[in-house]
Amino acid sequence: MIPLWMYLIVAAGMFCIGVYGVLARRNAIAILMSVELMLSAVNINLVAFWRYVTPQNMSGQAFAAFVFVIAAAEAAVGLAIVISIYRTRRSVIVDDVNVLRG
Amino acid sequence: METQQCINIIETMVPCLVRSGTDPGLAQFLSIIIGVLIVTLMPLVLVILFIWLERKIAARVQDRIGPNRVGPFGLLQNVADAVKLIIKEDITPAGADRLIYNAAPVIAILSVILVWGAIPYSPIHIGADLSIGVVYVVAIGSVGTLAIMMAGWSSNNKYALLGAFRAVAALISYEIPMILALLIPVMIAGTMSMQGIVEAQQGMWFIVSAPIAALIFYISNLAETGRAPFDLVEAESELVAGYNIEYSGMKFGLFMASEFLHSFTANLLFAVIFLGGWSGPFVAQLPLLGFVWLMAKTLVPYIFTLVLRATIPRVRIDQMMAFNWKFLVPIAIVNVLITALVLKIVQTVGLSPSPENATDFVANLPQGLILFATNLFMAFIVLNMLRNQGRRERMADQARMLRTVEQDKQIVPSAAH
Amino acid sequence: MLELNAQTIVFFVFSLLTLGGALGVVTNRNLIHGAIYLIISLFGGAGLFVLLSAPFLAAVQVLVYIGAIAILIIFAVMLTRSMTQLREVFNGQWWASALVGVLLFTLLIGGVILPVWGNSGTNPNLPVSDLVATTQDLGVALVDGNQYVLPFEVASMLLTAAMIGAIVIAREDD
Repeated sequence: MIPLWMYLIVAAGMFCIGVYGVLARRNAIAILMSVELMLSAVNINLVAFWRYVTPQNMSGQAFAAFVFVIAAAEAAVGLAIVISIYRTRRSVIVDDVNVLRG
Repeated sequence: METQQCINIIETMVPCLVRSGTDPGLAQFLSIIIGVLIVTLMPLVLVILFIWLERKIAARVQDRIGPNRVGPFGLLQNVADAVKLIIKEDITPAGADRLIYNAAPVIAILSVILVWGAIPYSPIHIGADLSIGVVYVVAIGSVGTLAIMMAGWSSNNKYALLGAFRAVAALISYEIPMILALLIPVMIAGTMSMQGIVEAQQGMWFIVSAPIAALIFYISNLAETGRAPFDLVEAESELVAGYNIEYSGMKFGLFMASEFLHSFTANLLFAVIFLGGWSGPFVAQLPLLGFVWLMAKTLVPYIFTLVLRATIPRVRIDQMMAFNWKFLVPIAIVNVLITALVLKIVQTVGLSPSPENATDFVANLPQGLILFATNLFMAFIVLNMLRNQGRRERMADQARMLRTVEQDKQIVPSAAH
Repeated sequence: MLELNAQTIVFFVFSLLTLGGALGVVTNRNLIHGAIYLIISLFGGAGLFVLLSAPFLAAVQVLVYIGAIAILIIFAVMLTRSMTQLREVFNGQWWASALVGVLLFTLLIGGVILPVWGNSGTNPNLPVSDLVATTQDLGVALVDGNQYVLPFEVASMLLTAAMIGAIVIAREDD
């Protein structure tokens, strides 16, 4: 049996790579892809803990199912916003969307 | 052999290999490899037969003979075609994305062959009896749309990209009624595993208990596999073959093979989920007969699909989308709701078959007839709504035409005045 | 420590796919390649779910993430294409972001390996029970009045609202 901490390291690594992607990329769609990575890492973490600590109780998988739902909703709305911004400002670089900057 | 319980291919071969002196771990590994090879090569070999069947039937509908030169009755025609495709020059367009360009046909045929691993061929033969068989099949089918996207984009060709856009939009739209229609056999059988669904149909086939779901599943399969009347995805006479314009040689051959195989696989799923799978007379005594029954049951909707292809004209993309979102999805949702309600009522009242007499035809009759009557009722209501809407549109058209005639009479007074 | 059986090999293969795909997403200039790497990474995640005895979540990951969200991302990349190749990949603070990422990773590793949570959880000597709940239990948990029916209904309303919102936002004004 694979020890639990190996799954947790994989999930932590994926999460930190996602954090780097969110903070360092300029393109809005690349940032959204990194957010998807972070959500998937959270899912792996949840299911790993569910399997090793309380496999009889379905709370872990239910929680992971809700994270799927939220990720899907957020991806849909986020990409709709990106496309709408592209239509008006012809740019998806997040630094260019600075109308509210004082 | 011995009196051992054969669960699947692996369990049959491992004891034999172990008794002949090989190491048990190696024997397990070898039997897994052999099982995988059988499940993978069977569709690739059968696809030759399916393409022959398609060309013959399309030819007969069009009052011609079809291939009859190569081999008896033209059976080896596809072998000749495959040889032709293999020896063709393999051209990669300039500026194409190499890795994605080469990976797209592989993923396309992968998404079809992986389905064959989860289908029960007989009471004891199955590749892998997944507990989530139905969801697995749908998930693998949705990977196929990815292959189309990759093919269209990596060809570095505007028309391929446009074709891929249309194809992917149509494909992901038609997944929704397919999934909703698959919920109903899962509800009635109480399990998502394919073997469980086939075993639950021993008493009554699901096409009797859920004909509307079967129809929605069949129509969604026609759209998913790019078959007539929804074959604008490929549209050989219009969009210059769509997303696989820039493919030549065996890569194009893989796309073609995956398309024909996808059509047969969709009908195979229809037979497994709605027509009873491997069940038939004498299956308990001779399990391999289940495979024969399954193939026979698949050929019925498959031949119907082929005749449909040669008969019905193509629909436009906006008609296809309107048909999906305004007709199929609402009906599928309402079907799920009403079937769930009726099924729960039937189970509470006590008319559903208990696990002891689940395979008895007479015990399944009350539930099957009640569900069938519910489906007939829903179909009646839907057809009435369609008829009323059609009549309203006709009246509106007639009223508009009368109004224009009146306006014309006022503008141009008749010569009698 | 780890015996070399099939499960270990499969775990390492899928972990490599996951982490390699994640690295490919954040470092690639070409966004379509980034989307393909995202698909590879999510596929590795689905494999890890199967290893963790959660086959339903693995199928849902392939169906929802790869079959829908990744295709949506590819569509969005193709519709916003004029600006993707011109400028640099990373913005001005990429070194600070890398520092934050590495710090966070060491923090998480410390929390995982050191026994900060007491003598359970990440203790490798704790026996893993083989009595796993099935997919049917997940279905019951999602609609049971004492369990998760309320988040289930709220999640479905969230999805409806997100669907309508996305359609309204992305619609052309004509």
